[in-house]
Amino acid sequence: MTKFGSGLQIGRRGFLAGSVALAGLTQLPRGAQAQPQKGGTFRLSVNQGGTSDTLNPAEASGSQQIMVGWALRNNLTEIGSDNKLKPELATSWSSDDAKTWVFKLRQGVTFHNGKSLAPEDVIASLNLHRGEESTSGAKSLLAGVENIAADGADTVVFTLSAANADFPFILSDYHFQIMPVGADGALDMSGVGTGGYTLESWNPGVKTVLKRNPDYWKEGAAHFDTVELLLISDSGAATTALVTGEIDAVQSAEYKTLGLLGRDRNVEIESISGGFHPTFAMQSSQAPFADNNVRLALKYGVDREALVKQVLRGHGTVANDHPVAPSMPFYDPSIEQRAYDPDKAKFHLKEAGLDNLSVSLSVSDSLFAGAVDAVTLYREHAAPAGIDVKVAREPGDGYWSDVWMKKPFFTSSWGARPVPDMIFATAYTGDWNESEFSNETFSQLMVAARSELDEAKRAQMYSDMQVILRDQGGSVIPFFRNFVYARRADVHHGEGVASNWSLDGYKAIERWWKA
Amino acid sequence: MHYLIRLFVQRLALGLLTLFVVSLVIFLSIELLPGDVAQQVLGQSATPENLAAFRRELGLDQPAHTRYLDWLGGFLQGDLGNSLISGIPISQLIGERMANTFFLAGFAAVISVPLAVLLGVISALYRDSFLDKTINVATLTAISVPEFFVGYILVWLFAVELGMFPSIANLSEDAGLSERLYRTFLPALTLTLIVTAHMMRMTRASLINLLALPYIEMAQLKGASQRRLIVIHALPNAIAPIVTVIAINLAYLIVGVVIVEVVFVYPGMGQLLVDSVAKRDFTVVQTACLLFAATYILFNLASDLISIASNPRLLHRK
Repeated sequence: MTKFGSGLQIGRRGFLAGSVALAGLTQLPRGAQAQPQKGGTFRLSVNQGGTSDTLNPAEASGSQQIMVGWALRNNLTEIGSDNKLKPELATSWSSDDAKTWVFKLRQGVTFHNGKSLAPEDVIASLNLHRGEESTSGAKSLLAGVENIAADGADTVVFTLSAANADFPFILSDYHFQIMPVGADGALDMSGVGTGGYTLESWNPGVKTVLKRNPDYWKEGAAHFDTVELLLISDSGAATTALVTGEIDAVQSAEYKTLGLLGRDRNVEIESISGGFHPTFAMQSSQAPFADNNVRLALKYGVDREALVKQVLRGHGTVANDHPVAPSMPFYDPSIEQRAYDPDKAKFHLKEAGLDNLSVSLSVSDSLFAGAVDAVTLYREHAAPAGIDVKVAREPGDGYWSDVWMKKPFFTSSWGARPVPDMIFATAYTGDWNESEFSNETFSQLMVAARSELDEAKRAQMYSDMQVILRDQGGSVIPFFRNFVYARRADVHHGEGVASNWSLDGYKAIERWWKA
Repeated sequence: MHYLIRLFVQRLALGLLTLFVVSLVIFLSIELLPGDVAQQVLGQSATPENLAAFRRELGLDQPAHTRYLDWLGGFLQGDLGNSLISGIPISQLIGERMANTFFLAGFAAVISVPLAVLLGVISALYRDSFLDKTINVATLTAISVPEFFVGYILVWLFAVELGMFPSIANLSEDAGLSERLYRTFLPALTLTLIVTAHMMRMTRASLINLLALPYIEMAQLKGASQRRLIVIHALPNAIAPIVTVIAINLAYLIVGVVIVEVVFVYPGMGQLLVDSVAKRDFTVVQTACLLFAATYILFNLASDLISIASNPRLLHRK
């Protein structure tokens, strides 16, 4: 029986959470300012979300909803500041076959309304994302769950239809926040949770005020007394507010003002390499992309280094046509990096029986800052190889419904996933297989890796899959973009910050402090 | 007086008809936009089943005319409905935003209207002097610069360099009046700079026009001072054009301040409207636009009534 959980993965935070008796020892100071301090008001600005946002985690999509949700509530598992999986409301989990998962719940945890955490809360909170009628954005992530049942007062058993060794990772997704069941059996989505903060006022699109939960179960977390989360969509306004001290942190700093911002001694800029990446996806079942030589030609035709330098101003890393970022588990650094090579691109075009190629690549600046610039540069890079990449600018409005997976060649963007399987399962198979990728070996490996509990064997399988996507996949993946954000110098955080999302994995509210 | 009341009722009825047409136009425009609420909310994560479930929940699977008539029926009975997305009653959603917008517009109007009329009178009084030219150049410069730029300059000067005022509004719900005035001073000043020139120029132009008329010459001959000439003799006759331009500018202060709201992160109607259009939240867009349209209609009506009341010839016509 393989056992996962706090016993195996002792991170600073997980250790603190799991062993109260030793908590004092682990807090040995590394330096005076590294010592977390209680108190103060943390004002941070996020730029995703709007007036119509709700507290229903099934509808969560932007940073406003995610950060508020995680201040109020906890998941069963979480990604820690060191990017490792940590126990949260579950203390440990185990499985013999990766199909039946037994989660032990943390004891003595109460919701803000006084109710004790029980299996029924977990079951109801997760069932929100399951079933015919569910409108949850994370429905597909739980599609493989056949049954969730309580076993006694502190255990929840998940039965999956097929093995999935990454299942505990899935439960760390921001949709799967645990809420209490009310007396009438309905889920209480008003903001009551087990989290480090209680909801003082919720005015989506403008400002959310949170107060520290004095009874928070998590040790060494939730330091600020009060948190004000502002939605500032204009980056100029957010940057000015940071410089003038009106706010303490911004979710995203613009490349063009970074130089000026960096000169301000009261401001610290963070550039954290993460898994966010764009794809130039081809519908590989259709001509001309059905020929792998054409796909290779397009992959050799992009100068990744130049894109990182010019579009990201250096705040990113080159990617290798597969979506596994260096910060993710099972990333294989030994796979040879594909470099810009117009001659090779020409060679592959010739192999495909073509002298030149003309394609049009759909793009919109709403995907990420600099998207149109990236495609325009790609056009220049590909030209010497005899490839004409026409820049097709599309409106950002309705891009996901009218352009994405509708045009033959389009730009798309993907957020970070904690494990390779989640991005493979989402974007390279199933409903959102945007490049119509199909490869027998890949599919077999993907399923086999889920039930493989031997880490070394799993790593080899994921390495093979990365190679297959690199050499045969239908997506050009030029780079991984860093999360670039800024904070006032008097706001501090622990040794590392998580790289799954901006602002310490969207958990700055409970992880950071002021000193 | 009887004539004024009849006019008021007539224009009000016409206004209601206009509002009905406006609501129809808004509904059709939203229908024409690509994508619907379900697609905008679910975004990239939308699967066909998800979309269908979402649409069923919101009643979006009904045909367009049914949805419009449902909404209209509710609206006529005083039920503004709920936001399609958050489910919050629209009256609650819009109430606070509308109050914020009116507060900012009111603040800007209290500064800009007296200022504009005063500057207009001064420049008419000393026309073609250095003072007149300075006032003209200054106000015209302010109106020629894009409003977001005026906002940024004020932020740079008063927030970054001098540190006198906050760069973003960040109002808290329980803020007192003085706190509110302090936190909204920069956006109000921006709006003032933008609307003053228009009103000031109109005041100046209509006064100068009047000053060429024989009755002013008569007053001059009987020895009235320059000041008395303008304030007592000319200004009352210039009320109609001035009030008209003030009404247009006040309406602009309420409906046209989206960009200023963005620059100062001010939670007014503009930001709400932009959000709602982006999400295709039809019920919110509809109510917000009707409120805006009603604002224009009412200000226009008020300015007409004042113009007529200030003109004995129109008021007592046979």
